[in-house]
Amino acid sequence: MPTKPEAAVPHRSSEEGPPDAASSAGEPLLSVRDLHVHFSIHGSFVQRLLNREAGSVKAVDGVSLDVQPGEVLGVVGESGSGKTTLGRALMGLVAPSSGSIRYRGQEVATASERAFRPLRRKIQMIFQDPHASLNPSMDLETALAHPLRIHKQTSGEQTRQRVRESLERVGLSPVDRFIHKLPGDLSGGQKQRAVIARAIILGPDLLVADEPVSMLDMSVRAKILELMLDLKRDLGLTYVYITHDLATAKFFCDRVAIMYLGRVVEIGPTAEIFADPKHPYTKALLSAIPDPDPERSLPAELPRGEIPDAAAPPHGCAFHPRCPRAFGPCGWEARDLRTLLEEHWAAVDLEDYERERGVVGDVDHLQERGHTAVLRPGGGGDVGDVRALVERLRAADPDEPFWRGVRSIEDGDGEVRLVFSDGRDPSLQPVDQVQVACHLYDGDGAHRQTGGLSR
Amino acid sequence: MSETQDERFRPEAARTDVLSVRDLRVWYGTERGPVRAVDGVDFDLRPGETLGLVGESGCGKSTLGRGVLGLLPTGARAAGAVHFRGDNLVELSDKQMQTRRGPELGLIFQEPMTRLNPLMRISQHFEETLRVHESGISKDEIRIRALGALRGMGIPPTRYRNYPHEFSGGMRQRLMIALTLVLRPALIVADEPTTSLDVLVEAQIIRILHDLRRNFDTAMLLITHNLGIVAEACDRVAVMYAGHIVEEGDAKQVFSAPAHPYTRELLRSTISLRTTGLHYIPGAPPDLADPPSGCTFHPRCPDAMAVCRDQDPVEVRTSGGQRVACWLHGPDARIPDGGREPLSRQEISVADEA
Amino acid sequence: MSGPETVRGEARPSRLSRVTKPFRDVQGQSRWLLWTGVALTLTFILVAIFAPLVAPYDFNQVGDAAGRFPKQAPPSAEHWFGTSVRAEDVFSRVVFGARTAVQVVALAVIVSMVVGVPLGLVSGYFGGWLDRVLVLIADALFAFPYLLLAIVIAFLLADSDNWLIRLVSGAVGEGVTTAALAITVVYVPQYFRVVRNSTLSAREATYVEAARALGARPRTIIGRYIFGNVIQSVPVIGTLNAADAILTLAGLGFLGYGIQPTEAAEWGYDLQRAVVDVPADIWWTAVFPGMAIVLFVVGLTLVGEGLNDTLNPTLRKRRIVPVHIPPRAARAKEAPTR
Repeated sequence: MPTKPEAAVPHRSSEEGPPDAASSAGEPLLSVRDLHVHFSIHGSFVQRLLNREAGSVKAVDGVSLDVQPGEVLGVVGESGSGKTTLGRALMGLVAPSSGSIRYRGQEVATASERAFRPLRRKIQMIFQDPHASLNPSMDLETALAHPLRIHKQTSGEQTRQRVRESLERVGLSPVDRFIHKLPGDLSGGQKQRAVIARAIILGPDLLVADEPVSMLDMSVRAKILELMLDLKRDLGLTYVYITHDLATAKFFCDRVAIMYLGRVVEIGPTAEIFADPKHPYTKALLSAIPDPDPERSLPAELPRGEIPDAAAPPHGCAFHPRCPRAFGPCGWEARDLRTLLEEHWAAVDLEDYERERGVVGDVDHLQERGHTAVLRPGGGGDVGDVRALVERLRAADPDEPFWRGVRSIEDGDGEVRLVFSDGRDPSLQPVDQVQVACHLYDGDGAHRQTGGLSR
Repeated sequence: MSETQDERFRPEAARTDVLSVRDLRVWYGTERGPVRAVDGVDFDLRPGETLGLVGESGCGKSTLGRGVLGLLPTGARAAGAVHFRGDNLVELSDKQMQTRRGPELGLIFQEPMTRLNPLMRISQHFEETLRVHESGISKDEIRIRALGALRGMGIPPTRYRNYPHEFSGGMRQRLMIALTLVLRPALIVADEPTTSLDVLVEAQIIRILHDLRRNFDTAMLLITHNLGIVAEACDRVAVMYAGHIVEEGDAKQVFSAPAHPYTRELLRSTISLRTTGLHYIPGAPPDLADPPSGCTFHPRCPDAMAVCRDQDPVEVRTSGGQRVACWLHGPDARIPDGGREPLSRQEISVADEA
Repeated sequence: MSGPETVRGEARPSRLSRVTKPFRDVQGQSRWLLWTGVALTLTFILVAIFAPLVAPYDFNQVGDAAGRFPKQAPPSAEHWFGTSVRAEDVFSRVVFGARTAVQVVALAVIVSMVVGVPLGLVSGYFGGWLDRVLVLIADALFAFPYLLLAIVIAFLLADSDNWLIRLVSGAVGEGVTTAALAITVVYVPQYFRVVRNSTLSAREATYVEAARALGARPRTIIGRYIFGNVIQSVPVIGTLNAADAILTLAGLGFLGYGIQPTEAAEWGYDLQRAVVDVPADIWWTAVFPGMAIVLFVVGLTLVGEGLNDTLNPTLRKRRIVPVHIPPRAARAKEAPTR
């Protein structure tokens, strides 16, 4: 298992990727092109000593998008999607490995801390955990005055005035009741208001909000979201709203980008995405949201499995092992056969499992990436038995997407080989009014039903 | 409590309830006085039934769950009755409770790693669990039972000898459920089992919990703040506020026609895909060391009446079949003259907002 | 203390009461540990400060107006702890030995903190090659047996011409300075390590990240955000180190390094002289200095452990306030529907 990752050293690069086609004309406030943030994993002690990499986690793996002034862009994803890392990269808290981030035309991805500092007046962040975002030993007046002091904006009486105004604006009034309180004396919602007050006191243009309401109670969420909307209207703010909760994203955002394992899989106007989701992952997310609607029942089809390990992402489209509509070019590999076998064994009786296990032997070797999966018979059978097992699996569930990715099955030389179709990474393509990264929509869709095993 | 009163309370109940809680109170001692975390709670649970216990933070739902299992921290005291298989769990000693926890009472936590020892393989976890409670069980029998439990959770037998850190978050939660189920307890208390999981994994786990009752006839108390989960996985729901159950009934019934104003407001505040406008409940949950007089919700209730401030509400059964503790539903005979006057709510200043 | 300010019925405690709260709350065994240790430690410190007043004679005084002291005399009214082979009063030597111990250990612990804590902060916060180098050096120092290391340093520093050493020697004496510095070098890695580890975890706190997002300079972040969290573990390490330092000092003295016998009394040195006395049934020259060492070390250790139990949030036992739930009359249940 990977040990604690450390940020890799950034290097200069500013490749142009396809711009976000759905953005309106006009200079975007923030422009991200082909952003990569990789964390290197250090393996053994010796490797760490010599500062050599053992692999890397591609937290953000080629993200391009624009943020228009005055809009709210939602970045939605589950854990491991890279949304939090993306937010931190936008804030300059983590150094990108490659790619470009332009704020009003100025390149900031490669900027040093010193060059970035003046920009911090314009880009601020709201964090997820209100209980941890405030220094427990600083009262509100000190905490809010701190950014003004850092950037030498005001002094003395003017500072005090600005602090009071800020507190007033976020609803922590009467101000005198709060100004000398420590964070420990405030409730969750009040703390989050204080964090927002601190973020707006410098008069920023852009706020990156990383799950600002997920740790608050339901009845408090609405208050904070309403505050954020009011501030947007009154102060002309632009938001990048990072969340895993599609419901608040639908309410709050103008455009939404869905992320999975470091990449944007779908992006477009909110209304479009929610009315007609294209990517299977988006569809799954929407159907899985728990809703206290008495008419609802459990979603019929849930993607199986879980988010894969970001240190060893699946080949091709990262969602393919879980996707109910995956087919040929989605990037099938040996690991998928192992998953298939394990799922099968999770469903059969113990005796069947042990017998079949004896037939195929140890399947750990299927963990490597491979265009071909090789099965050698274990002690319990010969090549014919292995082949029979494979055929049985296919017959048991012919609709299993895995079989659409197998181009041919060969046996001989004491082993059975499954050869997969070539897999490719899908890239964002415009479809109707959104952009989707899915082979179902990029011309291969026409061949959706073929590319698998021909009988 | 007399026989007739009990029957009136639950007319159709045969005495086959797995769990029967009567007037349970759990209070903590603090310097400011006792904090009434759970202040008189009644409910029943039948075999194979799932009761969802919902409320916001600080309402006492977790304390209630722990109180039922006797897992309260030092400094907390419980009073009342928790009838389980002929015993009152509140009156049992720690040792007696310990023999029941595991084979009869199961607990699922929010964070699975609190249950899983990172230095032990999964096989060893199962061995330990089964040996402690069923001494004399053979290793083969353990393996068969364990693999059976894992199969029920969709975990392949190839991973039987893995360590916990080799599993992802959702699989660890399934492991914990499997470890709890392998002893076949009659009652499981699940305390926020999916809060730390992603949406899709959460849906998977909820489906597993939903199927539990069909397959195992286990009764489950599902504690959560997520109303959506309750709607999907629970037969009945109990809504808690400030240590009291304010409404309890069939889940579909409660969500389609909430009887208590708090339930109604809570549902309206929940942001879902259908939300078109923001709605919230003004004010903040009360200080449990010094709760408001009468109905604890009255300072924030849009429908509060004078009697709500003066007298504790009496539990009533509505026409829809729910139990609700709210003066809006009567009983009329107990409301004094002038009691129905709407309460003028003092302006709740923003300072008191959460 | 300011008057209580009510928000939702809560009184806001003053700053002083917040700091002393853990000490007032501590219960049971921890309380006993802490206060016993404080009593012992304070006794020795007071004795050390008021040594000339407490001790009847000077530490190397072998006679007074009445004549020379008896050699190796057992404890008596004139010499409470007896006399040594050189006719020195053992009691006075123990008292002045306390002064030496307190001087050396105080100096050593303070200097170790002043050097170790900032290094730990900087190393933990910035990481990189500086951190790797410092950790390597600290680990190397750790690997040495501490007494051996102290001896080597004491040896190297003896007769040093360094201006700083001369300055300090002028104040407390050369032997004390040498011994203190030797002990310092041994214990700096301790502070460095503990502070570095605390810094590493404090650095990841969300509010530190928020400070970076605001544009705060590292200097500000370390000073205002990290220092407060990190400093909590230092007093505990300090007292436990002090206990250990006394033993190291005694070890140095026993082996003849560090303090010269003409400069100051030292318990370890006395023990070494007393070794030959034991077969001759002369117990008082060994027992009293030995007991002094033991009691002082135990006192400091108890303070350290007591502090740990008191301040460490995970070990701290909150005061359990007993609660009594009053019995309630059975609540009447009404018939269904209105």
